[in-house]
Amino acid sequence: MALKIVKGSIDRMFDKNLQDLVRGIRNHKEDEAKYISTCIDEIKQELKQDNIAVKANAVCKLTYLQMLGYDVSWAAFNIVEVMSSSKFTYKRIGYLAASQCFHESTDVIMLTTNQIRKDLSSPNQYDTGVALTGLSCFVTPDLARDLANDIMTLMSHTKPYIRKKAVLIMYKVFLKYPESLRPAFPRLKEKLEDPDPGVQSAAVNVICELARRNPKNYLSLAPLFFKLMTSSTNNWVLIKIIKLFGALTPLEPRLGKKLIEPLTNLIHSTSAMSLLYECVNTVIAVLISLSSGMPNHSASIQLCVQKLRILIEDSDQNCEPSVNACMKYLGLLAMSKILKTHPKSVQSHKDLILQCLDDKDESIRLRALDLLYGMVSKKNLMEIVKKLMLHVDKAEGTTYRDELLTKIIDICSQSNYQYITNFEWYISILVELTRLEGTRHGHLIASQMLDVAIRVKAIRVFAVAQMATLLDNAHLLTGNVQRKGICEVLYAAAWICGEFSEHLDNPTQTLEAMLRPKVATLPGHIQAVYVQNAAKLFATVLKSQEGNTDSTAAQETSQLMIDRLPLFVQSANLEVQERASCILQLVKYIQKLQQKDVEIAEEVIALFAGELNPVAPKAQKKVPVPEGLDLDAWINEPPSESESEDEQPRAIFAKEEPKHSRPRHTEVDEKELAKRREARKQEQANNPFYIKSSPSSQKVYQEAPGVEHIPVVQIDLSVPLKVPVFCPTGLPMSDQYVKLEEERRQKDRADKKKKEKKKRKEKRSGRGKRHDSGPESEEDITPAHMVDIVTEEMPENALPSDDDDKDPNDPHKALDIDLDKPLADSEKLPVRSHRAAEVLKSPAQDGDAESAASQEPKKKSSKEKREKKKDKDRDRKKSKEDKKKKKKHKHEEKGEDLLGGQAEEPVVQSEATSEVAAPPTSTTAEVSDLDFWLSNAPVPSNTQEAATVVAAAEAAPTSEVASGTAPDSEPDEPKDTETEETKSSKHKKKKQKKEKEEKEKKKKKKHHHHHHHSDGGGEESVQNGTVEEEEPLPPMSNYCLLAENSYIKMMMEDADKVNDIQGNLQDGSQVVVSVIFENKCDSFLKSMEFNVLDSLNSKLQRPEGSGPHDGLTVPFQLPPGVSNEARFVFTMQSIITPQKLKGTLTFIVKNEDSSTHEKLDFKLHFTCTSYLISTPCYSDAFAKLLESGDLKCSSVKLEGVVMPFHHLLARICFRHHFSVVERIDSCASMYSRSIQDHHVCLLVKTSGQTVSIDAKCDEPTLLGNVLDEIKQTFSQC
Amino acid sequence: MIKAILIFNNHGKPRLIRFYQYFAEDMQQQIIRETFHLVSKRDDNVCNFLEGGSLIGGSDYKLIYRHYATLYFVFCVDSSESELGILDLIQVFVETLDKCFENVCELDLIFHMDKVHYILQEVVMGGMVLETNMNEIVAQVEVQNRMEKSESHMERMLLRRHLEPLSPHSHELG
Repeated sequence: MALKIVKGSIDRMFDKNLQDLVRGIRNHKEDEAKYISTCIDEIKQELKQDNIAVKANAVCKLTYLQMLGYDVSWAAFNIVEVMSSSKFTYKRIGYLAASQCFHESTDVIMLTTNQIRKDLSSPNQYDTGVALTGLSCFVTPDLARDLANDIMTLMSHTKPYIRKKAVLIMYKVFLKYPESLRPAFPRLKEKLEDPDPGVQSAAVNVICELARRNPKNYLSLAPLFFKLMTSSTNNWVLIKIIKLFGALTPLEPRLGKKLIEPLTNLIHSTSAMSLLYECVNTVIAVLISLSSGMPNHSASIQLCVQKLRILIEDSDQNCEPSVNACMKYLGLLAMSKILKTHPKSVQSHKDLILQCLDDKDESIRLRALDLLYGMVSKKNLMEIVKKLMLHVDKAEGTTYRDELLTKIIDICSQSNYQYITNFEWYISILVELTRLEGTRHGHLIASQMLDVAIRVKAIRVFAVAQMATLLDNAHLLTGNVQRKGICEVLYAAAWICGEFSEHLDNPTQTLEAMLRPKVATLPGHIQAVYVQNAAKLFATVLKSQEGNTDSTAAQETSQLMIDRLPLFVQSANLEVQERASCILQLVKYIQKLQQKDVEIAEEVIALFAGELNPVAPKAQKKVPVPEGLDLDAWINEPPSESESEDEQPRAIFAKEEPKHSRPRHTEVDEKELAKRREARKQEQANNPFYIKSSPSSQKVYQEAPGVEHIPVVQIDLSVPLKVPVFCPTGLPMSDQYVKLEEERRQKDRADKKKKEKKKRKEKRSGRGKRHDSGPESEEDITPAHMVDIVTEEMPENALPSDDDDKDPNDPHKALDIDLDKPLADSEKLPVRSHRAAEVLKSPAQDGDAESAASQEPKKKSSKEKREKKKDKDRDRKKSKEDKKKKKKHKHEEKGEDLLGGQAEEPVVQSEATSEVAAPPTSTTAEVSDLDFWLSNAPVPSNTQEAATVVAAAEAAPTSEVASGTAPDSEPDEPKDTETEETKSSKHKKKKQKKEKEEKEKKKKKKHHHHHHHSDGGGEESVQNGTVEEEEPLPPMSNYCLLAENSYIKMMMEDADKVNDIQGNLQDGSQVVVSVIFENKCDSFLKSMEFNVLDSLNSKLQRPEGSGPHDGLTVPFQLPPGVSNEARFVFTMQSIITPQKLKGTLTFIVKNEDSSTHEKLDFKLHFTCTSYLISTPCYSDAFAKLLESGDLKCSSVKLEGVVMPFHHLLARICFRHHFSVVERIDSCASMYSRSIQDHHVCLLVKTSGQTVSIDAKCDEPTLLGNVLDEIKQTFSQC
Repeated sequence: MIKAILIFNNHGKPRLIRFYQYFAEDMQQQIIRETFHLVSKRDDNVCNFLEGGSLIGGSDYKLIYRHYATLYFVFCVDSSESELGILDLIQVFVETLDKCFENVCELDLIFHMDKVHYILQEVVMGGMVLETNMNEIVAQVEVQNRMEKSESHMERMLLRRHLEPLSPHSHELG
């Protein structure tokens, strides 16, 4: 043995290590591949050895070779061997290799399950860490399922290093095994408030990633995130949260309203560009989600745009130039988002954006282009396009030019050519674009030409002329090979010339151009169009020539066709060939007739009669299913499916009824049909949105009475109808149009002015300058043509279909899971377990699960299948046998399975999951929490108002008792965030809001009741003392007056919000106190400073660097009548006795002319209650706690308490932060925990007016004080 | 999510590749080539974002990169990541490397690819950002290095104990 080790180590000295390998490769530059192949042979030898160190070294080298592109999957098994080494060094190498080259179809992954599980539970946190890291890269659905529970346990590991990794990897687990999401979610949510910032950040990361794909399921977390956003200082976390809010706001506009203010503050305060940028982005998202045109948000938009402008134009001298470029890029990106909803605010920065088009950075230019798209108007379209055309010329031979080209077309064609006033100009732009060398977008240009020519009737004359010239000069387009893409244009040209041939000046010439031999070199589909349209042209030519007396011309044309067509008949392209031979025969026949002097032009034209209308792209999809057609109904009776059918009693004696059982609307008599048709037509006629589909649609459009007011301008004679395509010198044609257009507009304006003058003359009185036509506005620009854009055809009764374009293969679809629903037993994560018998015997002791085998899951899945099958069978039976009326409840069904199923089969262990899966959450409570949080409640600035808020909030603790999750966060949520949210809301609005809120509250209550009743769970109603109540609880407030003078009033909320609970005993525990400041005078209050005289036990937390007696500046100022809330953190050493602290508030009262210093003294009273956290507790755990004997006993009797028992309980719950463990009649047990982990248990009994409370606690002083406080609470009422 | 992290030099030679989504080896090489092609032709003073290559990602993905002396650090990320945030993260990563290697240069990455991976593992895990605090990252890396050292030390001790009977010195004693 010893010798072996020594030998192995000596061998190793001669092995190459990674560095040697790298050096070797660098020294063999010429024959690298050969060298590496010898190295791989060496590695193979090394892997055969027993020594794990040698193996690890080999695997390490393989990882390097993998990076160079070598497939190393053949060594997968060796990698697993190295992974399972007990030494961290080798384990790490193994996991690294695995993470680099394992993937879902690596079969040895199956072997790793146990090894990984072992590593996950290793006492060394770095073994666990390495395993988690590796697993995150190669987790498979099987691994995810088998290990989900182990990883979930790690989420509560003592080491934050492991916690954060476990939290992060959960996302991967969810992706691979979506069933784990619901059971794991409560714990994940808990981690959002983990004391370690890294863990918190990981949890935020995971939830953001989840929520991004299915935001609606995460709306209920909004309050929690909001709190994090206002409290966190970690920019990374803030960015994630703010991004998440950006995804949530479209679903909940009320959320957006809440966000605006804190986000604006962040924008003003942060120095981190990344954070600033994300804030701006989310503000934009919020503004988009809010109904546009809210006047009070224009400021926010201005702020955003202004900040973005700074990003775009400023370049920070201290930054690298590339970072400045990044800012510019992002600025433009965000601008484009604003543009969608608030084009006006962006349009004013047109200069800046046009400037960016000249940037040397392509990414920036592309972004600027995107922006231009939204900035065009009728007024500036020509100008912008002109500028773009200049760039097109500059950007020769780049993909950027293609991008420019598509952008130009996009810009012009957007929203049905809305901004084009002169289509001649547009056609000439398109023609100019055909000159581009090497563009791939010939097809795009072609389709634009077709579209415009078809849909804008007035332009056809001009378009046809242009296209004819294009055809004539086709050789320029097809000249060189590089221009392949652009010849697509000829497709359009040929079709337009053929279809609208009646507009051609010289059809014979065009016909000749279309039949040139050179055409045969074009792609087949273009040739086909040429041939077909040559025939159309031929028909037109024939018509014109037949009118003449000279018949030879017509015959010559026929001859031309007969001469040229055979070229196409020989074409290799089937379509061309077929069309050509068909047309050739036709022409030959025509020629015969011509020789007999028969007039046939009319008949030939009839071949191509009729107009083609464009069809909307989605027309086919929108054909409605006709009335009475059920696509799911069987056409024939379905064939008998299974033997169960046979069980049906056959009618042997009685004849079966003829099958009229399901009368399908087969015969509806003609009358009925006619009636329906009539009704439908009537409806369509009345529906203004219905697009009439008859071929006469345009006519209808033109003749519609509403159209007359559309300004129709006679075609301006100053516009030449024919401009040569290729201007020899001077301006390109489109520029001439720009000039002409300007002139035209000026003329228009002049005309208008004249008219106005006339008007004014008529109206001598002239009540001021109403029509001062200064700068030209949008509406003033009249289109040069009557822009009669033919609408696309749609089928009758087109359905407004909601296009669901979601990718069905998206893995995140599986994660679209409702997280608020209570967790069913069947959903709990599979836990490894011994055989069922054992489980049943000792459900509590699962601690020895360490060594348990893991074959379970497979069996389980097969069992699941079996179960499903059984379910199905049962369902079928049920439907057959009508006797079984009742549908069984889910868990009843489960019980049946357990009994009826195979007893030896391992069952999903439900007990162990009590720790694993958090108990169900109550949906209604959560939803209403969110609603409540979102409703704009006023700041509770006096007791009355506070009461309403608090009363509503009170619903939370009680429902929480039932749900038993999220111990301390929820009940505080509504109060905290809500008060914070309305920081500066004015008092005036409050009254109305209050009423509204009360209504809402009532509604909620009803809802609450309903929920529980329908549940019908007797257990819950016993547990929760407040569920069965008949009358609403009286409102309770936990705001108390702190101090008041003529200037200011201070209210203090119970110091019940406690941070940092977990084992921070040395540093003492922290208590957060919310104080509401209300300005009672007419002056402005500023420079408020809050100071407290620290005691030995309790200290006010001051920012670093300030002395122990310095005051804290209150972070806001108070205008008259406004109240706002500030929070102060105190550190406590001991919490067993109540504390009183003296403090002063100093502030400056500022009037218009004077300002005075004032101060206000106050006393802060920390009760022992304020150190308690309402914590849910199960009755068994509670019983154990009482039996343990660690607790000291004490009791108190209250006399003369006149209130229903549930009120009493609610009051203790609310005032003293207890939760009800169990309630039986007039007796209840309650539990709470202090921030330093003292248990406090109460047994409350009532008889008549006497209430006796027996209490136990491990700290008698604390208990005494708490009981005193409870006593006091009840003595007050 | 981060889809891939690539480090290559000015000639396109990979120094570290880390894909968080499976691609076969030849595809990985193709992606490196394409990315290098996209990134290398850009000036140093243009912006550090690129709308993704055709091979990796698609429209939702962006390349975010930084160029340090002879090395390009390229992160391929989707829209859930903040562009400027990732830019900062690259900086954090490079500074961490600088601390761990003491004036890091390309050679360190060439000869210690494994160590660079271990450092990266403390920053990004499974495509998600694990830690952004440099001190924390360095601390964790160092603890693990110490563990490795102590393990190899133990091994050497073990080896020596086995070797001792063979040494002439022990013969004398015997």
